[in-house]
Amino acid sequence: MTTAHVLKAEHLTLGYGDRLVVDDLDLVVPAGLVTVIVGANASGKSTLLKALARLLAPKSGRVVLDGDDLQRTSSKEVAKVLGLLPQSPIAPDGIEVSDLVARGRNPHRGLLSRWTPEDEAAVATALDQTGTTELADRCLDELSGGQRQRVWIALALAQQTDLLLLDEPTTFLDISHQVDVLDLLTDLNATRGTTIVMVLHDLNLAARYADHLIAMADGRIHSQGSPSEVITPEMVREVYGLESRVIPDPLSGQPLVLPIGRHRVTMGA
Amino acid sequence: MTGSTAYGIEKLRSARESGKEGLTSAEVLAAGRRRRRTRRITVTVSLLVLTVGLFALSLMAGQTWYTPGEVLRVLMGETVPGASFTVGDLRLPRASMALLAGGAFGMAGVTFQTMLRNPLASPDVIGISAGASAAAVFTIVLLGVSETMVSVVAIAAALGTAVAIYVLASVDGVVTARLILVGIGMAALLNSVVYYALQRANEWDLQVAMRWITGSVNGATWGEVLPLAVACLVAMPLLLGQGHQLGMLQLGDDLASSLGTRVERTRIVSIVLAVVLLAFATAAAGPIAFVAFLSGPIAARLVGGGAGLLAPSALVGASLVMAADLIGQFAFDTRYPVGVITGALGAPFLVYLLIRANRTGGSL
Repeated sequence: MTTAHVLKAEHLTLGYGDRLVVDDLDLVVPAGLVTVIVGANASGKSTLLKALARLLAPKSGRVVLDGDDLQRTSSKEVAKVLGLLPQSPIAPDGIEVSDLVARGRNPHRGLLSRWTPEDEAAVATALDQTGTTELADRCLDELSGGQRQRVWIALALAQQTDLLLLDEPTTFLDISHQVDVLDLLTDLNATRGTTIVMVLHDLNLAARYADHLIAMADGRIHSQGSPSEVITPEMVREVYGLESRVIPDPLSGQPLVLPIGRHRVTMGA
Repeated sequence: MTGSTAYGIEKLRSARESGKEGLTSAEVLAAGRRRRRTRRITVTVSLLVLTVGLFALSLMAGQTWYTPGEVLRVLMGETVPGASFTVGDLRLPRASMALLAGGAFGMAGVTFQTMLRNPLASPDVIGISAGASAAAVFTIVLLGVSETMVSVVAIAAALGTAVAIYVLASVDGVVTARLILVGIGMAALLNSVVYYALQRANEWDLQVAMRWITGSVNGATWGEVLPLAVACLVAMPLLLGQGHQLGMLQLGDDLASSLGTRVERTRIVSIVLAVVLLAFATAAAGPIAFVAFLSGPIAARLVGGGAGLLAPSALVGASLVMAADLIGQFAFDTRYPVGVITGALGAPFLVYLLIRANRTGGSL
């Protein structure tokens, strides 16, 4: 199994220009678990994820990976341990799937070192796990949204990091593909012990798939813990400004949020 | 390592289930890599043959035709009556300048296009060539300094222009579309400097004017070719060394960085090297229109998506300039400078890209 890596944020303050997005945030990412970050738009979820992946330098405070300040570690060293899949990744026109996924091996390659059997095996496994082997020779441009997202996840898997961060990996996917992606990530967590941190918009999928749930509001952590601890009508009201009722999901026992809008609610809320 | 066993089994099962009968995923991958490599090598070698062929043709063709044998003897240093002067002193510097300037423009152009992920972000569209051009014509015409000095000033001006465009385009981070618009404005501004300097020139002759407006290799001398040759010998291998990292930037800054690429460093090194190539080529031959802009997209269509484009683009650029110079010299009753021909080729492509970009926001 993988070694347990410790990723944490200490007094982390993040922003762009004068605008503060995340304010004095402390966080320890639980090793070996699936952590899901939820929160309203502009609550700082993606910004936090970027800083955890070394893509954004903190205004103050720091992100620490295995005891070392992330900003003082080379991007290549970080990339061997921690991978990030951005929200809408881009690819060169006309690139073939296997060529794209092979780029996930970049952190493991030396200056002049050639393509090794380990690289080949890593890419082959990534394609197999994501069910994209049949697409290996196709151009990315020709694929459907769901196929494309699986290819991007294959790229992240080929990187073979023990920590994997994903920014809204289910956006633009229909419900069945969303479940596909989340099942795939859960498999990865179960078989390889990969620590997963992802931002999700859908509260109910978040509750279903998270071991550890973090709710963010206004650049701070509103609450965190198991889904049943975090997902309450109070949290939904304070984080999203929405009235709701929370019931146990009959399929998983996890909490299920039923929103209460101004219309169509006939039972007494 | 309990995970590896489960992994292995899963891999075998999935390989059996995959559509390719009897092929494991590893075999599918290896086959794909071989196929891409074959295409890349075939295209590169063909371009190399084309480049060498055009270079030879440039030495043979003219009012007097010389046989390959005669040309070869001149190149070997023998004295051949007539040919030694025509080929050795007139055609060889001209062909060398076309070859090197084309190669430099091609490689510098595709570097910018790859880095900024947009074919419109070519240095001749976004005003960086115009910066080199304006500085060169200004120092030559108004200050009358040496050729080395002109190259130095051209590099400084091109770098300065690049920085100015970058700064002007960065409001809350640099957006490529804004950078291109700022660059087009900058190009217009700097081109007016070129026209101004030419107006003030003592000897306003058409030859000089054409070189600084559209680019020309007419009347090239070894004194002009040599600095460019040195720049190419130094900057091209260094830039090729950045090729892999440059390719990673095509995945966007975030993903490239999380895959271990030093994004800022790669960008700065590549910009400096590309600007050096561009400035030396411009100082020698003027801003040969659209070569930097055309070479990358042509090379990309030939080699296929995702492949390294630096070397193929340099070869395409060199071939373009040499072919255009041959056409300009011999295809019409009047002799046209090379830039007029490349301009005529490039303008329709620019229009096509603008229309397409408007619809899709496409990349290389």
